[in-house]
Amino acid sequence: MAGFESACFASSNIVIASVVVLLLASLPGVMLPSARVGQACTTLLVVIAALVGIPSSVVTLLARDTTAWDLFWPLPYGPAQLVLDPLAALFLLPIFLISCCGSLYALRYRPARGGYDRVMSSMYALLPGSMSLIVLAGDSLLFLIAWEAMALSCYLLLIADHHQQEVRDAGSLYLIATHTGTLALIALFALLYQLTGSLVLPASGSLSAVGPASTIIFLLALVGFGAKAGLMPLHVWLPSAHANAPSHASAIMSGVILKMGIYGIVRTVTLFDSPPLWWGLTLLGLGTVSAVAGVAFALGQHDLKRLLAYHSIENIGIICMGIGVGLCGLSLGRPGIALLGLAGGLLHLLNHAIFKALLFLGAGAVIHATGSRQLERMGGMLRVMPRTALFFLVGAAAICGLPPFNGFVSELLVYLGLFRQVMSESGSGAVLAALAIPALALVGGLAVACFVKVFGVVFLGTARQPLAADAHEPGWPMLLPMGLLALLCLLIGLAPLALAPLLEAAVSWHPLLQQESLSLTTTAPLGWLTLMGLALLGLLLLLTAFYLSRLRSSSCTTDATWGCGYPAPTPRMQYSASSFADGLVGLLAPLLRPYGHRPVLPQQELAPASSRFSSHVPEVVLDLWLLPLLRRLEQYSSFLRQLQHGQLHLYLLYIFATLFILMVWALW
Amino acid sequence: MVVNIVIHILLALMMPPLLIGVINRTKALMAGRRGAPLLQPYFELARLWRKGSVFSRTTSWLFRAGPLVALAATLLAASLVPFGGHNPPVAFVGDLVLFAYLFALARFFTTLAALDTGSSFEGMGAAREVTFGCLTEPVLFLVLVALARESGSLSLNGLLSHASGEMWPYGAAALLLMVGALFILLLAENCRIPFDDPTTHLELTMIHEVMVLDHSGPAFGLILYGAALKLFVLGALVLHVALPFGIGEGLLGWLAFCVGMLLLSVAVGLVESVMARLRLLQVPRLLVAAAALAAFALLLTVR
Repeated sequence: MAGFESACFASSNIVIASVVVLLLASLPGVMLPSARVGQACTTLLVVIAALVGIPSSVVTLLARDTTAWDLFWPLPYGPAQLVLDPLAALFLLPIFLISCCGSLYALRYRPARGGYDRVMSSMYALLPGSMSLIVLAGDSLLFLIAWEAMALSCYLLLIADHHQQEVRDAGSLYLIATHTGTLALIALFALLYQLTGSLVLPASGSLSAVGPASTIIFLLALVGFGAKAGLMPLHVWLPSAHANAPSHASAIMSGVILKMGIYGIVRTVTLFDSPPLWWGLTLLGLGTVSAVAGVAFALGQHDLKRLLAYHSIENIGIICMGIGVGLCGLSLGRPGIALLGLAGGLLHLLNHAIFKALLFLGAGAVIHATGSRQLERMGGMLRVMPRTALFFLVGAAAICGLPPFNGFVSELLVYLGLFRQVMSESGSGAVLAALAIPALALVGGLAVACFVKVFGVVFLGTARQPLAADAHEPGWPMLLPMGLLALLCLLIGLAPLALAPLLEAAVSWHPLLQQESLSLTTTAPLGWLTLMGLALLGLLLLLTAFYLSRLRSSSCTTDATWGCGYPAPTPRMQYSASSFADGLVGLLAPLLRPYGHRPVLPQQELAPASSRFSSHVPEVVLDLWLLPLLRRLEQYSSFLRQLQHGQLHLYLLYIFATLFILMVWALW
Repeated sequence: MVVNIVIHILLALMMPPLLIGVINRTKALMAGRRGAPLLQPYFELARLWRKGSVFSRTTSWLFRAGPLVALAATLLAASLVPFGGHNPPVAFVGDLVLFAYLFALARFFTTLAALDTGSSFEGMGAAREVTFGCLTEPVLFLVLVALARESGSLSLNGLLSHASGEMWPYGAAALLLMVGALFILLLAENCRIPFDDPTTHLELTMIHEVMVLDHSGPAFGLILYGAALKLFVLGALVLHVALPFGIGEGLLGWLAFCVGMLLLSVAVGLVESVMARLRLLQVPRLLVAAAALAAFALLLTVR
C-alpha cells in the first residue's frame, strides 16, 4: 500500500511536470529561427506532455487524493496555489488528448511557413497549457490569470486568417463575449473573497449554500462560465468563432475550451455543502433549452463548421442536463441519481471532446480538399477520401448517441438519472425531469437528421462541383489523430466499465458520493452495454458474411441510379442540404425564423427565365435580439464617448483621479 | 427457460412476414377480392434472395451496409421485447433506452444508404423518414416515462408486464391514451397508411418505398424482411400495453401471443382499408397529436 501511495505522489508530480512541458512547448514556435523546426519541436513537446500526462492523470484520479503546491509569488495577494484533485485530473485528460491530436494534425494541415504561423504553433501549446493551469489553480488570482491567458491565446488562434473581414469580426465578437464573461467572474471571486477572507479557493463543501451570497455566486457562475461554455442565450460568440478558426483550432475550442466553462460551474458548486434543489433544476432547464435549440439551429446551417459549432451548444446542453440531474440528486439526498447524473454529464464531456474534435478534424480535411465550407458545394467525398469518411462516420454516429459508440453510454447515464428522478420524486423535480426525457429524445432524433444530412451531402452521392485535380486522402499526420479519436469512440462505447472508476473518483467530492457501496457498475448497466455492443457487431458480421456469400454466387451488374425514367441526371439534381432539412426547418420556423428569397415564376410564359433562390437561418439571439438592443443602448449612451478621446495624458489623469478618490474613501 | 428463449428467437425470425400477409389479406377481403395467399410474403422473400443485384454506379460500400446494419439493429431490438407473458432473452435496467436507440441506428444507416445513390427521389424519402423520426421518438419516450413511473421498473420487460398485468384496473384512462399514441406510432414507424402507402412504389409522396428504390435482389429482400420484423417488434410492444390482462406462460401463452399479433395485423389492415393516405403536410400534425395523447397519459401518472 505504501508503494501505491508513493506512486500516487510521484504521479501527481509527473502531472505537474507534463503541464510545465506543455507551457514550455509554446516557446520553440516563436523563438527558433526556422518556423518549420519550431512547429516540429512544439508538436514533439505537446505529444510528450500528452503521453506522460494522460497516464499519470489517470493514476492520480484513481488514487482519489488531493495534492497542493504553494508557488513563489511576489504579488501582495497571498500565496499562489496549485491543487491537483480528482476533478482537476479528469479535466486534464481531454486537454492533453485533444492538444496532442490537434498539433499532430496541424503538421500537415497548416505547416508553419513563417509569419503568423509561428504565433499559431506557439499558441497551440500555450492554450492547453493555460487551460491546465485553470483546472489546477487553487486560488482566484491564478485562476483569473490563466483564464485570461486562455482567452487571449484562443483569440490569437482564432484570427489566424485575419486578412478576411469575416474572421476579424468573429474574433472581435469572441473577445467582447469572453471579457463580458470574465467581468462576471471577477465579481464572483470578489464575493468569494468576502465570504472567506482569502483568495485561496475554499475547500470543497466548506461554504454554506444558504443565504443571498451563495445565490449570487451561483448566478454569476452561470453567467460567467455559461458564456464560456456556450449555454443557449449566452452562446452568441460561439458559431462564428468556431466556423472561422482553422479546423484544428476549432477542434480544441469546441472539444476543450467550452469544457472549461463546465469546469467552472462544477467547481463553484463543489465549494458548497449542499446545493439547493433549484440550482439543479435551473441547470437541467437551461441544459434542455440549449440542447434542443442548439441542434435545431444546427439543422438550418449551410456552413459545415458553423453546423458543427451549433452541435457543440447541443452537447453542452446535454452535459448540463446531466450535471443538473446530479445536483438534484445531491439536494434530494439520493446518491444513485446524483451519481448517474454527474457521471453521465462528465462522461459526455469527455465523449464530446473526443467526437467533436474528430468531426472538426474530418471537416478540416474535407474543406482542405474542396476549398469551401459550404455544404451545397460538396458531395461524393467518400470516393476521394475513404478513410476520412469512415472516421467521420464514426464521429457522426457517436455524436447522435447511437450504440455501440461512446455517445450512447453517456446519454444512457443521463437518461437513467432522469428516469430515476421521475420515478422516485414528486412535484417540480419529477415534472421537469419528465419533460426533459422526451426533449432528450427529440434532440437525439434531430441530431440523427442533421448528421444524415451532413454525411450524406458531404461524402455520399457525386460531387456537386468539380473537385480540385489533386484532391486526395490527407497524409498520415492528419489521418492518425482522426483514427485514434475514432477508435476511442468505439472503445469507450464497447467497454464503458473501464471508465467507471475514473468517473466515480471524479465525483467523489461530496460525502453522499463517497459511500463504498455506491458504484456505477451497480447503478448502470455498463457490463450489459459491452455485451450488447459485441452482439450488435457479431450480428452485423454474420449478416455481412451471409449477404456477401450470396452476392458472390449471384449475378451483379452496375448501372446508373434509377431516375424514375429520366435519362440524363446531373450532379446538381441531387437532393441538397437545404432541401433535406427544409421539412424540419419549416416545422421549427417559430424558433429558427428562416428567411429567404423565393423567385416568383410568371404564370404565362412556357419557359421561365433563370432565377435565383436562397434561404438562410439567422443567429436569432444575436441578430434579432441582442444587436437591436445594443444599437438602442448605443443611441442613449453615445454621449459617454466624449470620455474616450485618445489623449494619453488625460487617460493618465483618469487613473490618478480614480486612485485619489479611492484613497480618500479608504482613509475616511 | 431455454425452451422459451428458443421459441422467442424462432418466432422473431419466422413470424414477421406472416403479419404482412395477414394485413394484405385483410385489405383484399375488405375490398371484395380474394387476395394473395397468406404466405405470399415468404415466397417473395425467397424469390428476391435468389435474384441477382443491380448496383448504381454512384454507390459505395455504405449502400450495401445500410440494409445489413438496419436488420442487425432490429434483430437486437427484438431480443429486448417480451413476447406474451415470457421473459425476453435479454433484459436489464435501462434496456428501454437501448431499444429506442437501436431503431435510431437503423434509421441512420437506412437513410444514409438512400442518400448514397445521389437520387433526389431517395433524398426526399430519406428527408421525410428522419423528419418523422424526430416526431415519433419523443412519443415513444413519453409512453416509456409514464410506464416507468407506474411500474417502478426500468427494463422493458418489467414495464410491459406491469402494464398488461396490474395497471389496467386502476390506470385504464392513462393506458387507453397510451394505446392510442402507440398505435399511431406503430403505423408511422412502419410506414403504413395513413402515413405512407406500402403498395405504390413510384409515387413521389412515399417515404419508405422511395428510400429503397435502388436496392435490388437479396438486399431488397433483407430490407423487406427487416421492415416486417420492425412491425412485429413494435406490434408486440403495442399488444402488451393494449391487453387488459396478462398473457399466461407456457404453450397456451405463446399461442395467445400469436393470436394477439394476428389480430393486431387485422386491425392494421382494417385501418388501411377504411382510410386514405394523409397529405404529407398533415403527417406532422397527426404525430403531434400522438405526442399530446402520450403527454396526457404522462400527466395522469405524474400528477
